[in-house]
Amino acid sequence: MRAGVALIAIVLAGWLACGAARGEPLAADLTSHLIGITSGFTGTSVVLFGATDGPGDIVVVVRGPDRDIAVRRKRRVAGIWVNAKEEVFVGVPSFYGIASSRPLDQIASPAVLAFQQMGVENLRLQLRRGPLRGEDIEFRDALIETQQDEGLFGAAPGKVDFLGERLFRTTLDFPSNVPTGQYLVEVFLIRNKTVVSAQTTPLIISKVGMDAEIYEFADRRGPLYGIVAVAAAMMAGWLASLPFRNA
Amino acid sequence: MDIYLPIAEISLDVTVLLILGAAVGFLSGVFGVGGGFLLTPLLIFIGVPPTVAVASSANQLVGASVSGALAHWRRGNVDLKMGLVLLVGGILGSILGVWLFGLLRRIGQIELVIALSYVVLLGTLGGLMLIEGTRAALRRRRPGASRRKLHQHIWVHGLPLKMRFRRSKLYISALLPLGLGFFIGILSAIMGVGGGFVMIPAMIYMLGMPTSVVPGTSLFQIIFVAASVTILQAINNRTVDLVLALVLLLGGVIGAQIGSRVGSRMRGEYLRILLAVLVIAMAGKLAIDMTATPDRLFSTAVVL
Repeated sequence: MRAGVALIAIVLAGWLACGAARGEPLAADLTSHLIGITSGFTGTSVVLFGATDGPGDIVVVVRGPDRDIAVRRKRRVAGIWVNAKEEVFVGVPSFYGIASSRPLDQIASPAVLAFQQMGVENLRLQLRRGPLRGEDIEFRDALIETQQDEGLFGAAPGKVDFLGERLFRTTLDFPSNVPTGQYLVEVFLIRNKTVVSAQTTPLIISKVGMDAEIYEFADRRGPLYGIVAVAAAMMAGWLASLPFRNA
Repeated sequence: MDIYLPIAEISLDVTVLLILGAAVGFLSGVFGVGGGFLLTPLLIFIGVPPTVAVASSANQLVGASVSGALAHWRRGNVDLKMGLVLLVGGILGSILGVWLFGLLRRIGQIELVIALSYVVLLGTLGGLMLIEGTRAALRRRRPGASRRKLHQHIWVHGLPLKMRFRRSKLYISALLPLGLGFFIGILSAIMGVGGGFVMIPAMIYMLGMPTSVVPGTSLFQIIFVAASVTILQAINNRTVDLVLALVLLLGGVIGAQIGSRVGSRMRGEYLRILLAVLVIAMAGKLAIDMTATPDRLFSTAVVL
């Protein structure tokens, strides 16, 4: 399996290198475009490989589907900790990972990093009610910290390795709690601190198997799911009482 | 062995869940209450999100009370008419309760309300049971104490819409069981409990029902109120985890059958004191959690 993947990777890399040689400055692909989450899912990794038409640095950014996230701050009221203040951030990536061939600050200028949203600190997080100001920064930092603790925002950038001057590869890691949906993997080729080429590859992460079916059922057909849940529980209760009937 | 719970979206050890179900089932068998008030907080302690814990407890309660109610039904200990009146109130209450649950969840206060309801209700009931149980135990030592009347008449019995309940030997206003059912329906939706621990004392002391028909009738109406809560939670909040409910049920029914056998051999007042201590301990733990400085002041939630 592993050897097979390696072989495919080498063949594809060779093909990509030909493509790059034909004048496209950057070509990259993933070993897999679909991650299935089953009941035993404990996280996985996908290999990204590619080729450039010459020397340069590579930055890879992985973004999960955007979500709106409420950040709540607790305050002590009459001795009890309650959620007192809430700020809603819109369009927050549900997953954010980054990998680069050298430390980011050596590759590109701060302006480029900010513009391309490279690095967690450069993510443009916006509030539903308008731009961030003053103490909103506290909520923004709390959001990033929580996402990092859950492994959803990469704390430290991963490493892009060059094999020779033009072939590169990196491993993208996904934790067990990875959100489902359509991901975008962006690959940037950077020379002289500016982006000279970029490519975007989709990646789908979805639940598969029995659990996925239950989840889908509960999500799409709530009333029917509720009735099935009640019927199943009643059935189980009745069955369980049978062996004790004459007691 | 871990089992993935598709709605809770976490993996938990299936053995832990079975033991938990069996332990709660055992206690409910011993004390004759549903055990939801123990199950929901325990699920929260082991990491199930509170909203899923509440809704899935209601689901497992359906099965547990079917099992219990059938046993009482065979012995003729169910007042069907009383059960139906309680039920009408209960379903109305659960509709309001589930709506309230969704609202509180959206404004980010549901966890607080669940915990607060538990502390207040468990604390009060545990305290009352402890006093009552201790008194009864002391009274037993002094024989010849005065006998109580069949039931006391208080102002609530004077309300209109009187109805005759033959099996309970009662002629009271239908508004009473209707209101009681309504209140328990709300509790059921917000706390994921059947409400037996409120319903049983209320039936005995407020309605004045004979003790023999109380557990059966209570269980009978809990089946339908819990069913109504499960369906409404599935529709409005999508928090019912069927896999979790069935695993708990499996452990629960076995525990309940063993428990009811143990319970019938123990003396009533000691049982009540024991249950009271358990309930107070639960309330105490939740109260400490609420007042302790949290590890972090910020929390996040995906906006649906």
